Amino acid sequence: MAEIVSLANAVARAVHDGDSVAMEGFTHLIPFAAGREVIRQRRRDLTLIRMTPDVIYDQLIGAGCASRLIFSWGGNPGVGSLHRFRDAVENAWPGPLQLEEHSHAGMANRYVAGASGVPFAILRGYSGTGLEGLPGLDGQPAIRSVTCPFTGEQLTAVAALNPDVAIIHAQRADRAGNVQLWGITGVQKEAVLSAQRSIVTVEEIVDVLRPEPGAIVLPSWVVDYVARARDGSHPSYALGYSTRDNDYYQAWDAISRDRDRFSRWLAEEVYGETGSLARAGAGGGGCGA
Amino acid sequence: MNATGAPASATKDPAAFTADEMMTACAARALRDGMTCFVGIGLPSAAANLARATHAPNLVLIYESGTIGAKPDRLPLSIGDGILAETADAVVSVPEIFNYWLQPGRIGTGFLGAAQIDKFGNINTTVVGSDHEQPTVRLPGAGGAPEIAASCREVIVVVRQSRRSFVDQVDFVTSVGFGDGAGYRERLRLAGAGPRKVITDLGILEPDPATCELTLTGLYPGVTVADAAAKTGWELAVSDSLEVLEPPTSAELAALRQLRQSE
Repeated sequence: MAEIVSLANAVARAVHDGDSVAMEGFTHLIPFAAGREVIRQRRRDLTLIRMTPDVIYDQLIGAGCASRLIFSWGGNPGVGSLHRFRDAVENAWPGPLQLEEHSHAGMANRYVAGASGVPFAILRGYSGTGLEGLPGLDGQPAIRSVTCPFTGEQLTAVAALNPDVAIIHAQRADRAGNVQLWGITGVQKEAVLSAQRSIVTVEEIVDVLRPEPGAIVLPSWVVDYVARARDGSHPSYALGYSTRDNDYYQAWDAISRDRDRFSRWLAEEVYGETGSLARAGAGGGGCGA
Repeated sequence: MNATGAPASATKDPAAFTADEMMTACAARALRDGMTCFVGIGLPSAAANLARATHAPNLVLIYESGTIGAKPDRLPLSIGDGILAETADAVVSVPEIFNYWLQPGRIGTGFLGAAQIDKFGNINTTVVGSDHEQPTVRLPGAGGAPEIAASCREVIVVVRQSRRSFVDQVDFVTSVGFGDGAGYRERLRLAGAGPRKVITDLGILEPDPATCELTLTGLYPGVTVADAAAKTGWELAVSDSLEVLEPPTSAELAALRQLRQSE
């Protein structure tokens, strides 16, 4: 059964130095507050996993939390580059970042295999691309082929993802720790079910989960920690609770472009904050229930 | 790719338009009513929504965030914009959009951007530089593109043309066009037919039916073959039936600017 704890407590208990950590949320419901809490607790040597690293991993990479990244698209959506990610890859600042890269289809299928308890997933994908020849983090080919035992057809195989920890943000949980999320639900269910441990931050904790169209419910017994984090996906958004803070994504371009300016942001907006539910940083806004 | 360029309101002449608006109108015209279209944010999304607002009201827009049949009345600002989920016929998970919808070849047209493209329409969005481990420029990576390029029944590429983007050989093949030429896609058993049009800020290229080499088939008003050749990193093939493309109509410009009011 999920324990309802503070975000600081959840991160302290679930995320350890050297862990592989998947924070998912496809544009919607990105767990930014949890990401900042991981930075604040100065976790190191993490293997970060995420389809779209987005600004959340730009912050973690720039803060020096990550040694490795498994991903499929690393940009600032609608804005441009992730400058901290690029600085790490191109100049090893603040340290080297080893990459394993996939396509979205490959990453999604890797989570599905992890959630399903099988060692690999099959898909039609990667054929003819340069991605086929790239090594995984272990130096071995990350993308292989498999022969269909029924038809003899060659298909692509990718290994299951089973992160040490999955962290997601959802709209609601009840007091027993059952979690409800809706709107664009991405790959979050698969991420939680594929991981050894999980943290879910939520906009609110309610007595009864009212049904919502298209909602996913993660039962309390597959979640380890639930923490309330109002506006915890800002500058992403939580459908029904907040809207995406597009200005923040724009502003991040200038903040992240320069190491000194980023370091000041880190000192003032992350390390300078106290309490686990502190707001997302400069700009704020974008949260109307 | 992002839709940038001078704002339309900067010009006093209502008939004047930006290269971006020309590209968007050309891309929109390439879409037929009733088609299904896998779109990304930026110019592809603007083009698909322009088509829906003008000649293709029944165009089905599919975004990789899992929204099928989205009907936004303004341009979404991100691929997971709330307006896409709220107006969609169905919202599905990311594994489902790729496995059930894209992979079996259910989707008609895929829109792709490119940092680099070669004469066979192969696309690089991964790294600039020959060493993947030590890139000169680290680009965002693959995203959904490799499987969109493989599995959509056809692909439309939108890219600004320059010697940096139109290269003899891409530094990395992120998404396959026609590989090394005719027969390549068939050998790999890729489901889709590959790039049908490459729309740039100068004109349109289409694959030669026999060789699959991208061939200049259309130019914007006022652009010359020499202009296009100067911004191409290989010897540019030119179609015998090269046409001058129609500028955006006032209806297209009005619809596009209406959609853009959210930006």
